Amino acid sequence: MKPGSIISMVVLGIGLFVASGSIFIVSETELAIKFQLGEIVKSDYKPGWHFKVPFVNNVRKYDRRILTLDARPARYITKEKKNVLVDFFVKWRINDVEKFYKSMNGSINTARTRIYTIVNDGLRSEMSSRTVKEVISGERSALMDKTKDIGNIGVKNFGIEVVDVRVKRMDYEQSISASIYRRMVAERTRVAKEFRSKGAEAAERIRADADRQRTVLLAEAYREAQKTRGDGDATAAAIYSKAYNKDPEFYAFYRSLDAYRSSFANQDDLLVMQPDSEFFKYFKKAK
Amino acid sequence: MAWNEPGGSGNKDPWGNRNDNQGPPDLDEVFKKFQDKVTKLFGGGKGGSGNKSGSGGGMGASFIAIVLVSVWALSGIYIVDEGTEGVVLHLGQYDNSAAPGPHWYPRFIQSVYVVNTENVREIVLGRKSMEALMLTKDENIVDVEFTVQYKIKDARNFLFNVSDPDLTVVQATESAMRENVGKGKMDFVIKDGRLEIAAATEKLIQQILDRYKAGIAITNVNMQNAQPPEQVQHAFDDAIKAREDKERVINEAQAYSNDILPRARGKGARTVQEAQGYRDELIAIADGEAQRFTKLLTEYKKAPKVTRQRLYLETMEKVYQNTSKVMVDVKQGNSLMYLPLDKIINRQRSTSSTNEADSSSDVSDQATSSAPASTRVDSRTRTREAR
Repeated sequence: MKPGSIISMVVLGIGLFVASGSIFIVSETELAIKFQLGEIVKSDYKPGWHFKVPFVNNVRKYDRRILTLDARPARYITKEKKNVLVDFFVKWRINDVEKFYKSMNGSINTARTRIYTIVNDGLRSEMSSRTVKEVISGERSALMDKTKDIGNIGVKNFGIEVVDVRVKRMDYEQSISASIYRRMVAERTRVAKEFRSKGAEAAERIRADADRQRTVLLAEAYREAQKTRGDGDATAAAIYSKAYNKDPEFYAFYRSLDAYRSSFANQDDLLVMQPDSEFFKYFKKAK
Repeated sequence: MAWNEPGGSGNKDPWGNRNDNQGPPDLDEVFKKFQDKVTKLFGGGKGGSGNKSGSGGGMGASFIAIVLVSVWALSGIYIVDEGTEGVVLHLGQYDNSAAPGPHWYPRFIQSVYVVNTENVREIVLGRKSMEALMLTKDENIVDVEFTVQYKIKDARNFLFNVSDPDLTVVQATESAMRENVGKGKMDFVIKDGRLEIAAATEKLIQQILDRYKAGIAITNVNMQNAQPPEQVQHAFDDAIKAREDKERVINEAQAYSNDILPRARGKGARTVQEAQGYRDELIAIADGEAQRFTKLLTEYKKAPKVTRQRLYLETMEKVYQNTSKVMVDVKQGNSLMYLPLDKIINRQRSTSSTNEADSSSDVSDQATSSAPASTRVDSRTRTREAR
């Protein structure tokens, strides 16, 4: 290998090294600050490649994107002095990296702590001015927006923007939850009882109505029947009297005979008689 | 911060696709593109430098250089699959988006993120017990499970606007679903409101994500499971059972009603029919008897005396034929006579039960023997009857 080519390789290598040290790349997801011997020189870099002087300048990069602060659930007190566990998260981003660096010493963790403190205080005051019902259903988004605004005022000088504050879980404490469960059970029991007793009521009504209808039906049938029987009796009586009135005396005779016949039709009937009736007129004498 | 971190779950390595997909890339095209790019980058200095190193005599060095360049060049080949999008950064700055197909990029100068824009991702919330419990408007607690499906609608926003977009979807969902469940009362959440709440939640998640410009589109939100928590489940079940019980007792009562009423109607009809039968019977009998009497009367009128006599005798004959009788032919002073009537009747009974044909005469005999004082009465009776 010729010395010339080695030299050219070395020169090329050094050149590349210097070049790489004097160029820095800022990605789409990054913010960068250039320092010159510890002093901020420039911080409003757009994504792309930029120059710096090796050893004199150094560069720090931060995330340009929206970051998440996911807080652990904490206790808050509502207007009616109820303890509520709230779990929220904060979406934030660095919008002025120079201010951010100066106020937070360039530490993302410091920023998180500060943001949490500010948003937490905001949420606490917002919660304390609302009832549980308002917090849960009505004014949840108002609560979150208000807290976000409070947060933004608090972090105004930190080069930070609070993009969003959102409440995830909002629960009662365990002991209160237990009493809620008891209330729910009681409530359902009430509903169940109501169903059962209403069912019994309706059933009793139906049965009673049926019984009434039956009684009425039978009575009406009885009325009809008695009327019919009466008709029969009356008609029969009319027929009899009409016929018998033609000769009442003969009827009495005729009917009496009939009655005798039917009255004494049995061997058990014992007649003790004297032979002096019409029947025995010729019993002892021939004439 | 690693360069390829925000690339999403499945696509963290932009070159992963090359390993996965060994489909035949159009090598000619790739090579041509590569040549064009190299020419553009080095201002057509390629041919010149090659000649120079060859004439310089450093065959080994130039060989190494060529190998290095080839390796570098080949490592820049990548394929964007159908349904994915490549995002190209030129020295950190967004350059262009690569459509599906084979591509080449100069390594170290550009970087490429391939993002799947068709693949639908899914998250399920509510599997864990604490996560699933939510407060409703009426301060009840419900157990809800949500499934959210989403995909990337804008690869550039997805990559560069939000750190950890997938976690952001989870957080937005947790917040949105609780907000919407909290707006409804428990019964609404459990029964009728499921579709409504899911739709509102989908809208709200999308709003939140759009506010962050997360480049994510929510395709579907499903409220899979909404029920009372385990601790109170039995009470809810009982309430449902109670509703069934209510229906059941009502049906039973209805059945009772349906059972007795037709029977009662039948019974009533029978009563009426019986009465009608009675009436008709009575009338028919009356009619018959009246007619008989009238007919007889007509004949009687023609010969009253004889007919009367005849009727009387016939009747008495019948009467005496059919009965037991004792003739007492004593005018007065019957104080001497004793007739054991009860014995006669008893006798009668026992003989008639053994079917003795001439019972009446026997009775008379017995009566005689038991009453010797009235022999005459007896003998007469006996003779009369025997004949």
